[in-house]
This record gives sequence, C-alpha cells and structure tokens, in this order.
Amino acid sequence: MTKTEAGEDVLLDAAAVERALRRIASEIVERTRGAENLALVGVRRGGVPVATRLAKAIEDAEGRTVPVGSVDISLYRDDAATALPDPKIGPSDIPFAIAGHHVVIVDDVLQTGRTIRAAIECLLDYGRPKRVWLAVLCDRGGRELPISADFVGVSIEAPAGALISAEGDAEGSGSVVMGPGKGES
Amino acid sequence: MKHLLTIDDISADEAIGILDTSEAFFEVAKRPVKKVPTLRGKTVINLFYENSTRTRTSFELAGKRMSADVINMSVASSSVKKGESLYDTVKTLEAMHPDIVIVRHGASGAPQYIASRVAFSVINAGDGTHAHPTQALLDAFTLRRARGRIDGLTVAICGDIARSRVARSNALLLTKLGAKVRFVAPRTLLPADSSAYDVEVYEELEAGIAGVDVIMALRIQHERLAGSLLPSLREYSRTFGINDAALSLADPDCLVMHPGPMNRGVEISPEVADSPRSLVLNQVEAGLAVRMALLYLFAGEGADAPAD
Repeated sequence: MTKTEAGEDVLLDAAAVERALRRIASEIVERTRGAENLALVGVRRGGVPVATRLAKAIEDAEGRTVPVGSVDISLYRDDAATALPDPKIGPSDIPFAIAGHHVVIVDDVLQTGRTIRAAIECLLDYGRPKRVWLAVLCDRGGRELPISADFVGVSIEAPAGALISAEGDAEGSGSVVMGPGKGES
Repeated sequence: MKHLLTIDDISADEAIGILDTSEAFFEVAKRPVKKVPTLRGKTVINLFYENSTRTRTSFELAGKRMSADVINMSVASSSVKKGESLYDTVKTLEAMHPDIVIVRHGASGAPQYIASRVAFSVINAGDGTHAHPTQALLDAFTLRRARGRIDGLTVAICGDIARSRVARSNALLLTKLGAKVRFVAPRTLLPADSSAYDVEVYEELEAGIAGVDVIMALRIQHERLAGSLLPSLREYSRTFGINDAALSLADPDCLVMHPGPMNRGVEISPEVADSPRSLVLNQVEAGLAVRMALLYLFAGEGADAPAD
C-alpha cells in the first residue's frame, strides 16, 4: 500500500476518492430509481464536504441539482449527559423539506455507528423522510450498533486505535489515509 | 466554569465561545420539532425570589427544549412567607439533586451566597442592582447577529443606570468584547462613580446618542423611583425618551434595544418600539438560544463535589 510522507497508509488517493464518489453517485441514482425527491445531508463536520462533492457528481452525471444540508449531532450524542460539552458545536442546516424524500446521510468515516444513530435522530426532527440511506467514504469496521452503510467508498477492517482521516474540501482533491493514531479513537 | 454569577466570571474568549454555541441553538427554534434530547435526565430549577415573567419563561422553555426536567419555584409566594431562610431553602433543593439552579433574588450577592454552599451549578438570573449576566450575553448575541460584530461598535445605555443590573452587566461584557460604551442619563440616575467601568458618561441625550451604533433603553422602574429622583415620568420621556425626534439626532442606521418589559411612552416611544430599527423581539428570541447554550455548557458541571 502507498504511504504518505508522514508514513500513513493511503487507503484512497485523490483520484480514487474521485472515482469512488462518481460510482457512489451513480449507485445512489440507480437504487433510488432516479427519484426526483432526493436530498443529501452531510454529518458535520467531516461529512459535509463529501456530501457537497457527491451532489456535484450526481449533477455532472444526471444534469440535475440535489439539495444538500448538514446536521450537527452534538445535541443527540448518546453520551451527551456524561461527556463534556462540545465547544465546537455548530448549527444544523436543512433548508428544504425532507418529508417524503429519499435522504442520503453522508459521512467521511463509519466506525461505531453511534454518530449515524444520532444523525438519524436529528434528521427525523426535521420531518419524516420516505427512506433514509447512508453513504460513507470509508467503512473501517468496529461497529457498536446495528448500522450498515448502503454506499461505501472503501471498506477495511482497521485496528481499533488507528486514526483514519479523509482530507480535502468541497472543491475536491482529497484522500483517505490511515495512521497509527493514539490508542482508541 | 461551574457557576455563572457575574460577567467577571468569564473571559472575552469564553464569552465568544458562549455566543458561538448559542448560534447552534438559535436554529433549533426554527425546526418542525423544537426539542433536542441533550439534557435528558437533568433537572433544572428556577428559583425566583422576585417576580419575573420573561426571564423565567425563557429559562423554562430553554430547559424544556433541551429535554431537561424544569421546575419553577416562586419562592416569594411560599416558604419565605413561612419564615424559611435562604440557606434552608437551597439546602432543601440540594437534597433533591438538581443539576442547575437558576436564581433571581432582590438582594445583590444572593447567587454568590448560594453558589458557595451547594453542589449544583448556579446561574444568576438577576440579583438586586448587581448583575444580570444572561441578559448581557443575549444582548451581545442579538447585537452580533444584527451587526456582524461587537468589536468597534459604540453603544449608548440610556436610563436608570444606577439601579440597573442590566446596564452593569452589559457595560462589563460589551467593553470586554471591544465595544465603546456610553452611560446616558440625568445625573440622578447615574452611578455615583462610573470610573469602575470603561465608559463615557453623558448627561444629555443629544450628545449621548450622536454617532452611536445602538441605543439600549432601560426600563424606568417607576415603582422604585416614585418621584424622588425624577420630577415626573413625562419630563423624563420628553428629555430622555427614545422617540423619533431623538433618533433623528442619531445615525440613520442606529438600532434600538430594550431588555423589557417596556414602558411605552416613557423610555421608548411606540413608534420606535415597533420600527424596523427595534431589536426588542430579536432579544427575546436570542434569549432562548443563549439560555439553551448556557444550560448545555453548565449541565455537565453539576456532578462536582460540594464547594464547602
């Protein structure tokens, strides 16, 4: 596997991320049967640029725009009562009605599934979607809840403490790398 | 940070952190479901020794929208009349293991007294003529949303400044955040010594509001003033009331704030209160978001050991 200068394993380089996003985009369109009422919701903060790029990939392939929103799951964490408050909490932003829509929750890395559970709960406070899907750039294993992704960029079984990060922004040129991390992430 | 008693308790960075956190809660009120599960299982008690509708309602709704259990105690109408001391009342509350107690009291310093003797977090919702930090934070939040910044703005606080905890807390917070603050009032309503604050003092409205970005009108507490400090409410209204004539002396885009409840026709005219320049209802809306943020930030602190 290729390494970065910092010695991290490159799971997906920039070109592979681009290819994965194009594939996921066409899979989303295919599995929602070209549904008009499709929307993407990125999980703050890592999922938001991925959702934006995915929307662009769908637009490039299908010639139609897909609304993109974001959710901040801090208020819905299952350890909200015991964890220290998150000083970086930001607003959720879903500027469109989601009732009756196919909503794809988008995140960069899927591990325990707890973030996604919180994201689903937050999403449901905005309305009742017809169906909720999950797309992730990297599924690293280590699930603690019965949650699975419908659309996956790369799937690996990463050691528990490894640190996986997806870089890049909404404009693109990101990669997904795995470093040794510092114990439990 | 375990308690919020005065603006002195927080640094400029912490204040900005609170305002940033409040942005996240501002959005919650606009959702179809205006409730988040964050404070499930937490208990918030509103302990109000003074009558209050808006502040108590604001804290109550903030707690409920965070899924906390909220209890309102209007002590003025219960235990005190039976002779219970403040100490015994708060120790009784402590035995019920609340996480946060919101205190309003007519005596300056009462929240400090409570905070030093209990395990729960205390948020000061106004004590005597001393402090009203949550009002100052919500005013700063409103102002920042309206103008995009606080640093570099000039704010005129007009009215009964000597007896106003709102003026005191606002002067401290706004100067901490880089605004220039003016106290504008007739001499009888100014503090005997304003040098503790980094403010300019004006005894005439015209000079006081010239060139300011925002005017904060304070309520004339006529039940407390009763003739001794002002010749009459009408005279105050004519010389210091914020009305269209007064605003014509200020900048064309000068905004007007008021902590409420307003005496229309005394410190603020109905035309100004209802004009697009008025941020009065924005302040109410901001109050909810800021208090949700404060409950969020303080709820995790309630489990600490008692301070004594």
